[in-house]
Amino acid sequence: MTSDLRLKNAAPAKKILIIFVQIAFICYSLIIFYPLFNMIISSFKSTREILRFPFALPQKLDFSSYKIVWVDKGFGRFFFNSVWMTAVSMLFVLLFGSMAAYGVSRYAYRMRTAVYMLFLSGIMLPLKAAIIPLFMLMKNLRLVDNPISVILIFIAMGLPSTIFILSGFMKTIPKDLEYAARIDGCNDWMIYRKIIMPVIAPAISLVTIYNAVPIWNDFFFPLVFLQNPKYKPLPLGLTNFFGQYSTDWNLLFTALTIAILPVLILYIFMAKYFIKGMTAGAVK
Amino acid sequence: MNKKTTERLWILFFIAPALAVVCMIILLPLFMSLFNSLFSWKQLIRQDFIGLENFRKVFFTEPYRTRFFNALRNNGLWFIITMLIQNVGGLLIGYFLSRRIWAHEFYKRIIFIPVLFSIVAVGFLWSLYLRPNGLVNGFLKIVGLPNWTRAWLGDESIATFSIIFVNIWRWIGFPSLVFLAAIDNVPMDCLEAAWLDGASDRQVFFSVILPLIVPSILIITVLTIIGSLNVFEQIYTMAGLDGSPNFSTDTIGTLFYRTAFGSVDSGNPEIGIGSAIGVIIYLLTFLASVFSIVALGKKEVEL
Repeated sequence: MTSDLRLKNAAPAKKILIIFVQIAFICYSLIIFYPLFNMIISSFKSTREILRFPFALPQKLDFSSYKIVWVDKGFGRFFFNSVWMTAVSMLFVLLFGSMAAYGVSRYAYRMRTAVYMLFLSGIMLPLKAAIIPLFMLMKNLRLVDNPISVILIFIAMGLPSTIFILSGFMKTIPKDLEYAARIDGCNDWMIYRKIIMPVIAPAISLVTIYNAVPIWNDFFFPLVFLQNPKYKPLPLGLTNFFGQYSTDWNLLFTALTIAILPVLILYIFMAKYFIKGMTAGAVK
Repeated sequence: MNKKTTERLWILFFIAPALAVVCMIILLPLFMSLFNSLFSWKQLIRQDFIGLENFRKVFFTEPYRTRFFNALRNNGLWFIITMLIQNVGGLLIGYFLSRRIWAHEFYKRIIFIPVLFSIVAVGFLWSLYLRPNGLVNGFLKIVGLPNWTRAWLGDESIATFSIIFVNIWRWIGFPSLVFLAAIDNVPMDCLEAAWLDGASDRQVFFSVILPLIVPSILIITVLTIIGSLNVFEQIYTMAGLDGSPNFSTDTIGTLFYRTAFGSVDSGNPEIGIGSAIGVIIYLLTFLASVFSIVALGKKEVEL
């Protein structure tokens, strides 16, 4: 922590610096805010209005483009696909990840470090670079155009960091708790489930955000593996839509708003958790 | 069953599911990439063992040579500009936020907003704004700078820079808040000692804060290297898979994808050459990470 940089009682030279910094921050906030604001107002305009008066407010609140994009163009479906694929992937990331973290942090055995390093290596390896063998693997398993392929990859994407973060938390839990439970007749699963997991609940919320956001946003693996519109998640649906309707500006802005607004609203209510969760891997 | 065996079985039970998934999806494909890159391929059928021939093709044979080094140069550009603007900017933002300037909590939340959005959505949003008749050129005309209007994504000389800036817009909040957390963790007694010695703000920043946040600088550098080598969605959404105009925005990621699934040369997927490029991506990521850990690790200050 450093000292406060406030206008009150500051030397003249410092006052100029403070005012300059404030102007810079206000300008940058606008650079972030305005494009999003313009996206939302453009979704209520017609293409003609957008092109002729890009900065003007819409003449009326016209929700018809939302109906077209959400119902007719299948964004309802894409949205629902993103929700369930992210949920299923995260369920397994959390279950398998916390189990493995328990296995590498609460026992002493010879192969422990090797297993731990094996999991950690996954953090550094760019999974996209292995797309060719992954594609052949999924083809052999007949999982191309099946959401299971993408979900499996999402699980693998999430596991290394989950194991890294959770095992760090689990190591700090005193062994005494475990011994007491063992005397009461708990087996290892019950210790994991009833003692360790409740204690690390805050860390679970952390890794959930850390992994769910990239999984929700992922585009590369659905692009390779999912062609059937029935299974397309939001980022892929958005991409195909941009290819097809590249001149219908109002529909494009509506589609973008549908993709961006839910995340934005969630963030407004949970900003603290998102910031903590997203930076969890890089902040100790 | 004795106690030792029971414990072994429990360990196996806990780590087996994750181990199976990680081996199948991360490690096996890594070794398969290495293996595949040493063979010639006819579509998806493996042919003969040819040693490092695929790598030789990437480095020395047209059209791969031109495409590869052109793409690599762009990845280098991504890394340098991101380090200079996004990470140095993030360090400054993090520093001023740590000084509790007016409305710092508000700014902190605002700059992090785009970090949550998908690259695809951000890319398409800005591709609309950067069109010749889009918002950016409209803004320049309004503020009286009509000479500054450009075909931001259509002009070979600036398209890559436009895309990098869009990505910085999306991601600068991340290093900012990592650095903020790091600076907030600098122990108060170090700072107080510096103030008592009459150090100026600048001296405190360069001589006390900066050496103490080296671990965060290291992490951000490694993440920037990995990120720069894996640029793909940004190009796909704003310039297209070919890295248009005229391959000026092409990166290793898009070149890799075209080689693996589309056409660079013959119009068919080139599994051998594609795998070779994949292996090169692995190696570059690994080497660059190790290099920055060694280079910056030496400068780390132990308290």
